[in-house]
Amino acid sequence: MITDRRSRAAERCFVALCVAATFLPLGLLAAMLINVVVDGAARFEVSFLSGYPSRHAEQAGILPALVGSLYLVATTIVLALPVGVGAAVYLEEYGRRSGLAGFIEANIANLAGVPSIIYGLLGLGVFVRGLGLGRSVLAGGCTLALLVLPIVIMSAREALRTVPDVLREASYALGASRWQTIRRVVLPMAMPGILTGTILAVARSIGETAPLIVVGALAYMTFLPTTPGSPFTALPIQIFNWVSRPQQAFLVNAAAAIVVLLVVMVLLNIGAIVLRNRLQRRT
Amino acid sequence: MQPKLSRLGVSSPWSERLVEAALFGCGALSIAVTVGIISVLAVETLAFFRDVTLGQFLFDTAWTPLFADKHFGIWPLVTGTFLTSGVAIAVALPLGLLAAIYLSEFAGARMRSVVKPALEVLAGVPSIVYGYFALVVVTPMLQRFIPNLAGFNALSAGIVMGMMIMPMISSLSEDALYAVPSTLREGAYALGASRLPTILRVVLPAAVSGIGASVILAMSRAIGETMIVAIAAGQQPRLTLDPRVPIETMTAYIAQISMGDTPADTLEYRTIFAVGAALFLMTFTMNIFSQRLQRRFRGTNR
Repeated sequence: MITDRRSRAAERCFVALCVAATFLPLGLLAAMLINVVVDGAARFEVSFLSGYPSRHAEQAGILPALVGSLYLVATTIVLALPVGVGAAVYLEEYGRRSGLAGFIEANIANLAGVPSIIYGLLGLGVFVRGLGLGRSVLAGGCTLALLVLPIVIMSAREALRTVPDVLREASYALGASRWQTIRRVVLPMAMPGILTGTILAVARSIGETAPLIVVGALAYMTFLPTTPGSPFTALPIQIFNWVSRPQQAFLVNAAAAIVVLLVVMVLLNIGAIVLRNRLQRRT
Repeated sequence: MQPKLSRLGVSSPWSERLVEAALFGCGALSIAVTVGIISVLAVETLAFFRDVTLGQFLFDTAWTPLFADKHFGIWPLVTGTFLTSGVAIAVALPLGLLAAIYLSEFAGARMRSVVKPALEVLAGVPSIVYGYFALVVVTPMLQRFIPNLAGFNALSAGIVMGMMIMPMISSLSEDALYAVPSTLREGAYALGASRLPTILRVVLPAAVSGIGASVILAMSRAIGETMIVAIAAGQQPRLTLDPRVPIETMTAYIAQISMGDTPADTLEYRTIFAVGAALFLMTFTMNIFSQRLQRRFRGTNR
């Protein structure tokens, strides 16, 4: 390589520019997180977590929103995990050579790119009105389950792919059928990865606001949801409601609620990774 | 010793077929989801077009479905969407591309193992957090430098959105740069080029389709983004290219109507599906285009 002083200096400038470009967004991310923690610090108290929304900002709390979000997470996992794993198993184990499987695969890739608010419209048309579920926790959970389904399927497929073919072939050689092989050999080995992927996908769905707005989450709820048919609210909805108010005091609440949301997401992410490590040690 | 077959559970051709059918059903559900999306949008949009002509939708220049003097031109919402997304890409493309070049050509393995997950975190922060930041920090900060910057504007929302989509561009572009065969680089070095000209004149052009695919995908993501614009960009549909004034995007409009008390099955209610259909068509086309480009860059560089 011929390098003279000028081209070396130019290269060094360019690298410096690249490094700046890489770290500028990270710096802004750090600034954003620090800012949110500082803004919301005034409301870091137990009464914030256990209280109900109120017209007085200092007394408002996020309990219905927290409970609503947790119900939504539970519903999403219960609905998306079996269907997602089933679809992934079909695509990886049964459909490798079929044209229809290729079509399903392309379709899932497209669904992953559909804006989340469109899923909200789907939920509104099919669950809230079509199936008559109304603006309920169940409708919200079903909508979010559809939203995370493509990601669950894709990460379950990744997990299934890590199971070496040798194990499958050994199982067939011993006389097992395809489903026996899947049930007894492939799935147990892939399960840690599948669970991790699902929990990570669901952890992202906790921050989803747009589909819940369209499906009809309440912005102001002073009671807790009790049945799958109850009206509901969620953390991001509560944050959005507070951010939209002009009074400064509500912005403080919004910042504190954002911190709670991020903490919940981080805990779920850590939980997923811990779970995977525990399960992997056993197999 | 061979395990007894009975330990593995009884299996008959019937139960195998049943299991396969059930699993196929799970896979087919994803097709049902797509069919569901298309039919929900289509049914309500067709009902919408019974009251509003396609010409009004495509050529009117105002969007005022809730006012007494109703106009149903989609352009104000579309320009609002493309204004914020344009600002976002203007921010994310240079940052993402430079980061991709750094990660693929200059950074060491340890730096890469720290920076790449950090950028994933950037992409994983919920958009409502970005929206809060845009409204509460970015707008006041920009107001000090830009006179006449409104409290709700496309610039702050676009900048923050750019930060959010930058990891998409950087990670896909990095894949594209990585896929450029080293023979091309080595040929350039052999001809006497130093590192920088090689990157700019040989590697980058070779990776252009992959980089283009990443930009289109990021654009599609920006167009479909709701919360940042709903919080920080405003609720005033306006046909303008000025990023300093409040506007409204297609997604923010859908959110706005959903939060109000528009009764179902009215024309106003159906507008959200018509706008949603336009949004879906746009993002769907972009995603398909991006996938085609990605297949091309993966194919030609072998």
